[in-house]
Amino acid sequence: MTGFQTLFYKEILRFWKVATQTVAAPVLTAVLYLLIFGHVLEGHVQVYPGVKYTAFLVPGLVMMSVLQNAFANSSSSLIQSKITGNLVFVLLPPLSHWEIFGAYVLAAVVRGVVVGTGVFAVTAWFAHMSFVAPWWIAIFALLGAAILATMGLIAGIWAEKFDQLAAFQNFLIMPATFLSGVFYSVHSLPPFWQAVSHGNPFFYMIDGFRYGFFGQSDINPLVSCGVVIVFLLVLVSFAVRLLKSGYKLRH
Amino acid sequence: MAAIQIQRVEKSYRSLKALNGVSLTIEEGEFFGLLGPNGAGKTTLISIIAGLNRADAGSVAIHGHDVVSDYRRARQLLGVVPQELVFDPFFTVRETLRIQSGYFGLKNNDAWIDEVMHHLDLTSKADANMRALSGGMKRRVLVAQALVHKPPVIVLDEPTAGVDVELRQTLWKFVARLNREGHTVVLTTHYLEEAQALCNRVAMLKGGQVVALDTTSSLIKRIAGSQLIVRLASGALPDELRPLVLHPDELTPGKRQYSLRVNEYTEVELILAKLRLSGAQIEDLHLQQADLEDVFIQIMEGVK
Repeated sequence: MTGFQTLFYKEILRFWKVATQTVAAPVLTAVLYLLIFGHVLEGHVQVYPGVKYTAFLVPGLVMMSVLQNAFANSSSSLIQSKITGNLVFVLLPPLSHWEIFGAYVLAAVVRGVVVGTGVFAVTAWFAHMSFVAPWWIAIFALLGAAILATMGLIAGIWAEKFDQLAAFQNFLIMPATFLSGVFYSVHSLPPFWQAVSHGNPFFYMIDGFRYGFFGQSDINPLVSCGVVIVFLLVLVSFAVRLLKSGYKLRH
Repeated sequence: MAAIQIQRVEKSYRSLKALNGVSLTIEEGEFFGLLGPNGAGKTTLISIIAGLNRADAGSVAIHGHDVVSDYRRARQLLGVVPQELVFDPFFTVRETLRIQSGYFGLKNNDAWIDEVMHHLDLTSKADANMRALSGGMKRRVLVAQALVHKPPVIVLDEPTAGVDVELRQTLWKFVARLNREGHTVVLTTHYLEEAQALCNRVAMLKGGQVVALDTTSSLIKRIAGSQLIVRLASGALPDELRPLVLHPDELTPGKRQYSLRVNEYTEVELILAKLRLSGAQIEDLHLQQADLEDVFIQIMEGVK
């Protein structure tokens, strides 16, 4: 247990020591999105009746920040340790693959939630927010962060160079996030793209998260929650199997 | 029980056979040297012992615990100083050592951390960030990290490569002390005089195979022997001494200096008697002790 606690603590310390870059910067980015898109689209777009576009946008931006930062934390920590070689400090001790998995993923979840809270604290000033179902907010934030943290772990294990990791991020994570309905409701899309969106697990995370605020969503939150949990379990078992086999870590 | 038991270990990287059936038993309390040229497979073998690499075939056990199936106990018993100068730039020396202790399940380890830092002359750098340290200091931290959990088996992979004299002495004094206190030490190095001074037993690797394995002293005696170097003022080397000449080019006509192999000191008398009988006049004469370097060169060149 001490081994897990220490690795978790070390991972938290790692991002907290450079919090300007890992926490403050993503908060600022999200605020800029809100100011610009909110300014341009407020009054032109109404997704749900009685919900202004800026208010609609806030949960999307919060969730996007949670997801991106959870991914960034586990993936960049692993790839940096791999490239600088200091991953041996984690590979030499008697840490089990579950301990390594748990510590990296939990620390990434913490970073995602910290950044998400920061984004919410700042953006909520610009919109009138409601909290219809706070439990759904917490559940989807945690599950979404855990999914992206696990994907970050997988990407960090697989990538051998920074540009491979960047490719994973730019060609998989970014499109999946942007096309999940952060800035719009998928109901406004043509039927074909609506169907495509329903194949994107990220859509369920953001839709369920938004339900927690407005009590309105494209999909029943229970269904979304089920989809998200199944997706998480698949990723977790894959990641743990990679760690256990030593794939790309213990040659 | 053996400190490290290596059985028929094989490892390939694509078409390259890095280890080709290595078997070694290192007993508790030994100071063991693992020698060989670059690319002989030393680091691969150490990585397999440490669990950083996985063997394709064969097995390794630390105090009887298999490094794959019983890795938690095996790794708890093992401290490894990696060859590469790696560090985590986010932390100070003390943080680095506390974190490493935690990975091994140790919570309040400050007394031992202080002692290790003291012996490695690191105390004054305890609160310095790892980035700010010189290469030699970073190397000391790597050694300290390997020792935070007081492992009974310590493996050092070229710990003195590119390191100044002072650190080498500090390091060897400390490691020799740990060995006297009962820790098993396995060392790879390119400095053969270090290996000769420290190791009670050595294995030489070449092309992924063990080509020599013995106590350091008997290896030197058995493989290299000593040399009697004779320069003749007049006369020729008697025929019966010719087989003792170590370097064949000394037998070409016109040469007057010969290196003769001597296994026992009594042989010196015989050689001198034969020279006297043949009427040769000795101009100069000295006995040269063989060292581990001679053994190394002879074995690596395939001359036995």
